[in-house]
Amino acid sequence: MDIHEYQAKELLAKFGVPIPRGALAYSPEQATYRATEIGGNRWVVKAQIHSGARGKAGGIKVCSDDTEIQRAAEELLGKMLVTHQTGPAGKLVSRLYIEEATDIAKEIYLAFVMDRATERIMVVASAAGGMEIEEISTKQPETIIRVSVDPAVGMQRFQAREVAYGLGVDPEIITKLVPTIMGCYRAFRDLDATMVEINPLVVTKDKNLFALDAKMSFDDNALFRRPHIAELRDKSQEDPRETYASDRGLAYVGLDGNIGCVVNGAGLAMATLDMIKLAGGEPANFLDIGGGASPERVAKSFKAVLKDNNVKTLLLNVFAGINRCDWVAKGVVDAVKELDIKMPIIVRLAGTNVEEGRRILNENDLSVITAETLAEAAEKAVAATKAA
Amino acid sequence: MAILINENTPVLIQGFTGRIGTFHTQEMIDYGTNVVGGVTPGKGGTTHLGRPVFNTVKGAVQETGAEASIVFVPPPFAADAIMEAADAGIRYCVCITDGIPAQDMIRVKRYMRRYKKENRMVLTGPNCAGTISPGKAMLGIMPGHIYIPGRVGVVGRSGTLGYEAAAQMKALDIGVSTSVGIGGDPINGSSFRDIFEIFENDPETDAVLMIGEIGGPQEAAAGEYARDHMKKPVIAYIAGLSAPKGRRMGHAGAIISAFGESAPEKVEILKNCGVFIAPTPSEMGATVSNVVSSLKKVA
Repeated sequence: MDIHEYQAKELLAKFGVPIPRGALAYSPEQATYRATEIGGNRWVVKAQIHSGARGKAGGIKVCSDDTEIQRAAEELLGKMLVTHQTGPAGKLVSRLYIEEATDIAKEIYLAFVMDRATERIMVVASAAGGMEIEEISTKQPETIIRVSVDPAVGMQRFQAREVAYGLGVDPEIITKLVPTIMGCYRAFRDLDATMVEINPLVVTKDKNLFALDAKMSFDDNALFRRPHIAELRDKSQEDPRETYASDRGLAYVGLDGNIGCVVNGAGLAMATLDMIKLAGGEPANFLDIGGGASPERVAKSFKAVLKDNNVKTLLLNVFAGINRCDWVAKGVVDAVKELDIKMPIIVRLAGTNVEEGRRILNENDLSVITAETLAEAAEKAVAATKAA
Repeated sequence: MAILINENTPVLIQGFTGRIGTFHTQEMIDYGTNVVGGVTPGKGGTTHLGRPVFNTVKGAVQETGAEASIVFVPPPFAADAIMEAADAGIRYCVCITDGIPAQDMIRVKRYMRRYKKENRMVLTGPNCAGTISPGKAMLGIMPGHIYIPGRVGVVGRSGTLGYEAAAQMKALDIGVSTSVGIGGDPINGSSFRDIFEIFENDPETDAVLMIGEIGGPQEAAAGEYARDHMKKPVIAYIAGLSAPKGRRMGHAGAIISAFGESAPEKVEILKNCGVFIAPTPSEMGATVSNVVSSLKKVA
């Protein structure tokens, strides 16, 4: 789960990470009032969306008086901001973060990630901050410092010092940087994060250290024990199709094609999308209904897939183990009747009780096209979509 | 011989008396697995499915001599259950549970390293369908009837895609020595490479099918291991050709976040390591068949 910059900053501040003074605004009036509360004579108005690279997309504006703040807020609020991470539709700006402007002397990249190769939390830092990490790793890979944390004892201060000295900051900054690094680590560990990224972490001209931007992602599997993190979810930043499905316990990822897919198991679902592509079609979504494909779940999944108006054909692919094919077939029959589905439905069943399952589908005289193999199902789905 | 489990392996069920544990234990018993008992804290001293229930894994191991266990414990408590098995001297543990926090798995892996390699438990999963040595024993939730005994080892992340492979192989009359699910989580007990090593040393396995997917470095690491240390041929299919970058495709671990983690990149790396590639998921069985029949010709 992702959260907004201002939320990440509030969380990190509790762990001793220094952040510039700032406040949240939902309207231009709030934005200007917030600026007077913060004080000073230069502010940054920042669009809050779940994406990086907001600056390049025009989502971050430096203002030096009320009128400018008002104008920036009016322009940003309600806008679909498009960055290279959001996709062409962009993401809705409904919150602004107003922050005091900072005089930057040096920009640092600091991140904590879950490293899958070492199976440990890893610090990634670079003195070449401000750029995205992908850019740093191609342009200045020699500046990247990596330190992995032994889970038995956690991060040690000497490791934070190694990172801090490695970044080549002035001695008076070191004493601020070490607790910042330790604070990010504790936040990562204590909140079940999967990523903490501060880019840039800046040294100001008056020798202060501030997290100028902050991004955090959290482990969905750990949200049961982090209710205060789960509350930070902002559904306006999600694909509405995905919100609908995830609220019903379905793993769904929206794609751009027109063949709606319902599959049991994540691997088989990915393989089904692959087959559709290879057959010359475009999947509308990834959807894993999970191990037990009960009739209710089949109906729920069809509903979720049909929320996407681009869908012209439905493809159900279930390899039944404990959930028998006859049971799944009953689910299909019920769902087609209940939802009054008119578009072609390709059903591929395999596994336990497959003959019984096919018999149920055939005797109900539905507009269901059955397929025996994965390849056949994909080909039939592509053909039906082209004919539609 | 098969790997990890056979018809004699005494098996313990962790999370024995719950709905899911009960259902799958009965399936495993019916398949012929030697289930010797189960653990549900608080229900020790009772009997369930004709087997004794224990409060602790240590107690169960002492009484029954269990060597393997399977974990059906819910996500918040599953890491604890795995560590308990490791401490009680269980040799092989399968964790079925889906939804364990990644930091819990980091802790589990670190905990297991407390034991010397020769005493260290082998863990597969979490978030997997389990392991089956067809015709001998099943330590998992798969439909046992889709596998026939044979000499091809299978290792994969996904349950149902593994079933798909097994069914394709069965249709071509190719049997399986053991099929191992390593699960869809980013941090898992055994990697592809770990299982490759066990298959390479198994005299009853002639070839290995790997069913991988997007995300993480394990498929590439396994390819390098196959190139440098294996005599047996490896066949691979990598799911997720069409997966967009940065999106989690169902499995917690199925997310492309770095170079080398997308399906086409993994396929390229594996090809360069001499691994035979099944170009589509419907050709897993046929690709294995081609490789296995060319082995026979050489022999």
